[in-house]
Amino acid sequence: MSQPPTLAIETRDLRKEYGRKVAVSRLSLAVRRGSIFGFLGPNGAGKSTSIKMLLGLVKPTSGFARVLGAPAGDVETRRQIGFLPEHFRFYDWLTPAELLALHGRLSGLSRARVRERVPALLDLVGLTPHRDRRLGTFSKGMLQRAGLAQALIHEPALVFLDEPTSGLDPVGRRLVRDIIRGQRDRGATVFLNSHLLSEVEVTCDQVVFIREGEVVAARDLHAAGDDRIGVLARTGPLSDATVAGLAAWAGEVTRDGEELRLTARSADVLPAILRHLVGSGADVYAFTPVRTSLEDQFLRIVGEDRGL
Amino acid sequence: MGAWIMAGVTFREAARKRILWTALIVGVAFLAVFGAALHYQMADFAVRATIPFLRYQILSAMLLIGLYVVDLLAVLMTILTSIETVSGEIASGTIHAIATKPMARWQLLLGKWLGSAVMVLAFVTLTFGGTMVVAWWIGGVVPEHPLQGLLLVALECLLALAVTFAAGTWCSTLTNGVIVLGLFGLAFLGGWLEQMSGFTESARLMTIGIVTSLIMPSEALWRRAVFEMQSPLAGALPFSPFATVSIPSGTMIGYAGVYLLAALGVAVWHFQRRDL
Repeated sequence: MSQPPTLAIETRDLRKEYGRKVAVSRLSLAVRRGSIFGFLGPNGAGKSTSIKMLLGLVKPTSGFARVLGAPAGDVETRRQIGFLPEHFRFYDWLTPAELLALHGRLSGLSRARVRERVPALLDLVGLTPHRDRRLGTFSKGMLQRAGLAQALIHEPALVFLDEPTSGLDPVGRRLVRDIIRGQRDRGATVFLNSHLLSEVEVTCDQVVFIREGEVVAARDLHAAGDDRIGVLARTGPLSDATVAGLAAWAGEVTRDGEELRLTARSADVLPAILRHLVGSGADVYAFTPVRTSLEDQFLRIVGEDRGL
Repeated sequence: MGAWIMAGVTFREAARKRILWTALIVGVAFLAVFGAALHYQMADFAVRATIPFLRYQILSAMLLIGLYVVDLLAVLMTILTSIETVSGEIASGTIHAIATKPMARWQLLLGKWLGSAVMVLAFVTLTFGGTMVVAWWIGGVVPEHPLQGLLLVALECLLALAVTFAAGTWCSTLTNGVIVLGLFGLAFLGGWLEQMSGFTESARLMTIGIVTSLIMPSEALWRRAVFEMQSPLAGALPFSPFATVSIPSGTMIGYAGVYLLAALGVAVWHFQRRDL
């Protein structure tokens, strides 16, 4: 038996033109199997078109794309793929149990397997109490949960999640994060497109930034030596010497009124920074570690005025 | 397998969204009015002691009027209930989670068409058959070849369905509606012109009628259905929808069948190729 390829997704110079408009110019990706892959970029960068090409919904103008070792869009390979579209639309006359049964059957599951999986998935996304209500009566967050469940009903080897936390409250976001990690734990690859960089940062193994349909930067979030963490503090007046002294543990220090932002070398130096501030006689009202480095990088790459 | 699942979903959608039931209520309301008209006509016959021959001819003509309305209703129901099935799901993105499942796109499209076709055939059978049963029950009148008439009207509705699907793979819902209703309007006009050509013996009108039937053979199917079912009196009315001055040939009926398959083929071909 041949070994499965180590890459879940591989593209080279993938391009899509709509008339004279270039939606994706030269997309080259390498997504490791079993990883959580973050796909980042500003609005209009070509993210959704790229995902549609990988799923076979949109035909590339040129370039090469393989998904789970088969050409992108291969019908049989789709048995191993789950997909939550960005704007998940559905038959709103179905109940969530019926929706899952439909998607399970369309994904190739037997009736018996569907009967097993539907209650498990409803439970996983917290919709068991609502299993017999029509989807037309659901809130946006509940629909998003139903959409996530349909993407996972057949235990796919590769899951595309396009803005999975859109419309979810913090509890729902936490649930999605746990589910994504659960998918990785069972060996699946997750391709995640999200605007919530804080979610991406704590969830993903790899991220790429795309702009105008091209990868402009890539980052391995678990690489050694990159433990930087942002801090957002609110303090009373600080002397220049106190601010300058922060350089011992942190970079990118900015001061705006009471707000102090900095990027610490690692979480280990946070107590030293706090001691330094308090020791200099400053009043510290708030001191919040924030992993902003990904967001910083995002803004640096795409520009702050392009809209998230 | 995927095609059957999609057919089931499409049919269930019609039932759950009350499209099917609303259409059937409209059909039943029509039958009630039709039945009442026949009932009072029968009462008038009894009062006036109308001779049996004339009575039969009048009832047959009333039956054809009823069937004509059912035909119009069925074609409109077919178009209106299926107009969004493809274009609406593409526009809303509902198709995305479905078209990424392990089934070829032709299965998805044909499955939806089959589900809609079952709904349409159920509607045609109940309303068309219901009209015939009401006419037989109240007036004791039966069309000449009821089964041929029913099959031809069913073919007309399936043709409408295939054309709506084909246009739906290209156009938005609104544009689709304009195109399909426009084509059926053209066929309707062509049918009348062809009838008139039979009366005025104008070869040019005949040519225009035939060309419009080639562009959209729906009206030709209805006129052939009338020819199969009509009474002699109804057929003798030259400018009515029941006139048989110019009878569509068997070749034209065959052409309509090929047209239906071609429309489905075009729908599948374009749906397979297009970006979603």
